[in-house]
Amino acid sequence: MTINYLGLISASDLPASFTKFFVEPVSVGFPSPANDYLESPIDLNKYLIKNGAATFLVRVSGDSMLNANIADQAILIVDRSLKPKHGSIVVASLDGDFVCKRLQLKPRLCLLPENPKYEPIYIQHGQDLDIMGTVTAAINKFE
Amino acid sequence: MKFLALVDCDNFYASCERVFRPDLRQKPIVVLSNNDGCVIARSKEAKAMGIKMGIPWFKVKNAYLAQGGKVFSSNFALYGDLSKRVMNILDGMVKRMEVYSIDEAFLDLQHIQQPNQAYEFGVYCRNTIRQWVGIPVRIGIAPTKTLAKVASHVAKNKRGGAGVCCLSGKKDIAHILKAISVDEVWGVGHRLSKQLNQLGTYSAYDLMQMDIRLIRKKFSVVLERTVRELRGESCIQIEDHSDPKKQIVVSRSFRGRIDNLDLLKPLISNFAVRAGEKLRHEKQKCSQVSVFIATSRFQKTSQHRGFNSFHFPYPIDDTRSILMGANKALNKAFKNGYPYAKAGILLSHFSHPTFIQQSLFKAADHEHLKQDTHLMQTIDSLNSNQTQIYYASQHPAGLSPIQKQMVSPKYTTNWWDLPQTK
Repeated sequence: MTINYLGLISASDLPASFTKFFVEPVSVGFPSPANDYLESPIDLNKYLIKNGAATFLVRVSGDSMLNANIADQAILIVDRSLKPKHGSIVVASLDGDFVCKRLQLKPRLCLLPENPKYEPIYIQHGQDLDIMGTVTAAINKFE
Repeated sequence: MKFLALVDCDNFYASCERVFRPDLRQKPIVVLSNNDGCVIARSKEAKAMGIKMGIPWFKVKNAYLAQGGKVFSSNFALYGDLSKRVMNILDGMVKRMEVYSIDEAFLDLQHIQQPNQAYEFGVYCRNTIRQWVGIPVRIGIAPTKTLAKVASHVAKNKRGGAGVCCLSGKKDIAHILKAISVDEVWGVGHRLSKQLNQLGTYSAYDLMQMDIRLIRKKFSVVLERTVRELRGESCIQIEDHSDPKKQIVVSRSFRGRIDNLDLLKPLISNFAVRAGEKLRHEKQKCSQVSVFIATSRFQKTSQHRGFNSFHFPYPIDDTRSILMGANKALNKAFKNGYPYAKAGILLSHFSHPTFIQQSLFKAADHEHLKQDTHLMQTIDSLNSNQTQIYYASQHPAGLSPIQKQMVSPKYTTNWWDLPQTK
């Protein structure tokens, strides 16, 4: 087999009919009447996240918050910028593990589950509790 | 009075590893470079154990782990995301800022006149970042960038302090500069400080007192600027547009040793291809391609470090040109008979791609250039997920896969790596 090197092809080497493809003006139809009313599509991020820099996603494992509509494997939206209040659902680190519970400040500091199968967790003296942030929403997927 | 703030994340990579691992609070943490070669970040506890910055991991591994230290491969997806969050928060607090590196930023505190207000802003800023992202920062506030660096240094070392230091009064500044050695001043390197020492300049205060004319004559206008900044005269402005890169480096340590040019060439080609992608991603053109190869510093065999450059008559961004230049440079840098442990490629002498310096001897052919650009764009987009198109001189396995044995999950950028509750 022999190969003849013919050099590089540039647009000017091509026959004119190659480059001028559209000889007739192209019909473009009537502009869409919706063009004046264009709005951006609904954005779930905007609905779920107020403060992006301070928001983290956490996956739930377990059913201890079932009665607060937080199922196993739900995705929690956790906003670290919101100050947790009495009754807030929070993600906290307890002795080095993350847990999701309802925060009770009075009469005694306590993490409450939302499922009668589980006991409230009273924070003992010397126990390491650190609130990571407030849960503002939970996403449960069904399919 | 005008104030600038330098916000600096404490031991940033190590702190990032802690955000989703509350069990690692107070534990020593080190983070390793690509290929788990060297220590590139240390928590306070690891520093206290005497782990030095940049030390090869194998040298300290056994003793460090035996004492309960924790180790991570670098997880830049995580560090990048947390850095972006910190920078976003700062951006919302001031009108002008300059992101100086992944873990540092300068803020223009133009809305503040009083030193105590500046200090309070620093405390607020630090608490907010700590609460919102979980990253500890220290803040140095002063009338100039160079003094803000000094203040940040003081904030770091202040025992039991708030991690915030505001330098304003002439007396305070002089007092603190006396305690800082000249090589710790921003912009004064090791070599410069030796020369300064010979002139009897040891502390930052000594430097500040030096005669400006002498500095300009004996050293440079750059050092003159540093001296003026130490005196409280702001000379280095906040740059709110990020500076385009001046060079691109792709390098790796090999797992084994390579002493054969034929084995080295395909690896250098891989680096060249990756560097070309980075170059086009940055929308730059370079006119110099350099190759470096080195034996291991930790080996007792004879040492060789080779470096050579190929210069183009006009700026290029075409991988085929980079490959050609890299190959020529490698042939010159290579010396037979050495077990090479590391190699890399460096692209430099950048110019903006729309501006093509016409070469006197080779007229740039615009039509061909356009076609070449198109070809590179096509290949880049095809390769954007996984390499599908290889250049003939490349190593078929692509870039030797980076060894990362101890990498933490991508907690914030991957659905399957989200932190979990127990």
